[in-house]
Amino acid sequence: MNKLTKAQTELWEMDELAKGTSPIHGLHPLAKLAVTVFYIFTVVSFPKYDLSGLMILVLYPVILYQIADIPVSTCFYKLRLVLPLVCAVGLVNPFLDRKILLYIGTVPITGGLVSMATLMLKGVFSLMASFLLIATTPIDQICAALGKLHVPQVLTTLLLLTYRYIGLMIREVAVMSESYALRAPGQKGIHFSAWGSFLGQLLLRSMDRAEELYSSMLLRGFRGEFYYVGLPKARGKDWLFFLGSLLLFLAARNTNLPELLGSLFMR
Amino acid sequence: MLEFRNVSFSYEPGTPVLDNLSFHIRKGETVGLIGANGAGKSTIMKLMLGLLPAQGEILVDGMPVTKQNLSVIRQKIGFVLQDSDNQMFMPTVYEDMIFGPRNYGLTREEADARVERVLKELGLESLKHRHNHKISGGEKRMAAIATILAMEPEMIVMDEPSTALDPVNRRRVISTINSRKETKLIASHDLDMILDTCQRVILLNHGRIVADGEAETILRDRALLEANRMELPFCLQGWKGR
Repeated sequence: MNKLTKAQTELWEMDELAKGTSPIHGLHPLAKLAVTVFYIFTVVSFPKYDLSGLMILVLYPVILYQIADIPVSTCFYKLRLVLPLVCAVGLVNPFLDRKILLYIGTVPITGGLVSMATLMLKGVFSLMASFLLIATTPIDQICAALGKLHVPQVLTTLLLLTYRYIGLMIREVAVMSESYALRAPGQKGIHFSAWGSFLGQLLLRSMDRAEELYSSMLLRGFRGEFYYVGLPKARGKDWLFFLGSLLLFLAARNTNLPELLGSLFMR
Repeated sequence: MLEFRNVSFSYEPGTPVLDNLSFHIRKGETVGLIGANGAGKSTIMKLMLGLLPAQGEILVDGMPVTKQNLSVIRQKIGFVLQDSDNQMFMPTVYEDMIFGPRNYGLTREEADARVERVLKELGLESLKHRHNHKISGGEKRMAAIATILAMEPEMIVMDEPSTALDPVNRRRVISTINSRKETKLIASHDLDMILDTCQRVILLNHGRIVADGEAETILRDRALLEANRMELPFCLQGWKGR
């Protein structure tokens, strides 16, 4: 299986994951969306040196991954291209912030190191939560939920089309790459001299395909609204999940739970 | 059911794709739209569905194709695209099939009932929960037709429905077309299929109607076909050996 086919298969696998039947899959999309957004806000709002306070928030994705029956490794595997980028964000901090905060044995730990770790964790946690949402909720339901939150229709449609379109674009790239490879034997990849025309052609083909796909949606009554999704009414368990998560995140943000637990055990 | 009155269209100024075109398709008719590449077949289909703006008047069931009427017109006309990959954008066949009915206000139960009925009619029950990317080209074409039939259109418009199909799947598509009672307009270069499915043929050349009449009469006219960059259907050519 070549790289492009693999990428396409992985994309379809996401749709498969989202169709699971676990209790997390069964929750109302709006509740999951709101909790994910609130989780990310909470994670991002932690001060740069509050590494220990932030650590407790790993429990949310880890526990939910277990309940949703999705191995955490799947998340890291699917996000293998993005994770290094997210982690790279804090790499300069140790050079900029050399203030020593503590010693582990005789090893000085600078503010830069702590803030780097905090920044990396914030990125990783946010990605894990976002992946969890996508892996437990079909994209149409996410878009419908966004619509309920009054996110402009143009954005939700754009999100849906982009997601639906990625597969077609990968197929276009695969066809073009194969055609190139067949006439460039012995070459690995695409020579940089052909990049311009390759990308230009891809853009033109993509526009044609996108237009066809959108036409096909319009012809079947799509007017930017997600009538076909039909969001269910929120039930007690959805409210419980939403409010419970909110309370836990607020508690985690306002009290240093690891420190509190630690002090209880140290007494 | 469908009427074109002096319709013209051009993608670029000065190069008309359709030139003052007029024709009328009655309810229940099955009409083949034939012509060489660039004759304007696909453009006609896009115009009647309001995907392109036309000069002149197009009426669908007496209604002019205007922005206000598009929703009703698109409910009346089901369009099977040439490339099924562009038509099947949802993850599974089932989801693709309920997309249209749900958008037109049917409840999940009503849409489900339609899906079941259409799948049964076409003998595609096994495809219901299959992933679109995992089914073969022939199955995908049949599924694309099923997505349109689930909308219960009054008219079915097909752009090259037999392209890239093996003989068995091609025959399956032909049988499906023949089994439907709706008004049908089929654009194709596959003249054997047109002969098998259509009572009437409209022959286009450079955006003008060259011939409009009984399918068998037009498709047997070698001189007419060859003058318009077409040739006799294979079944009428007779095998004379190499």
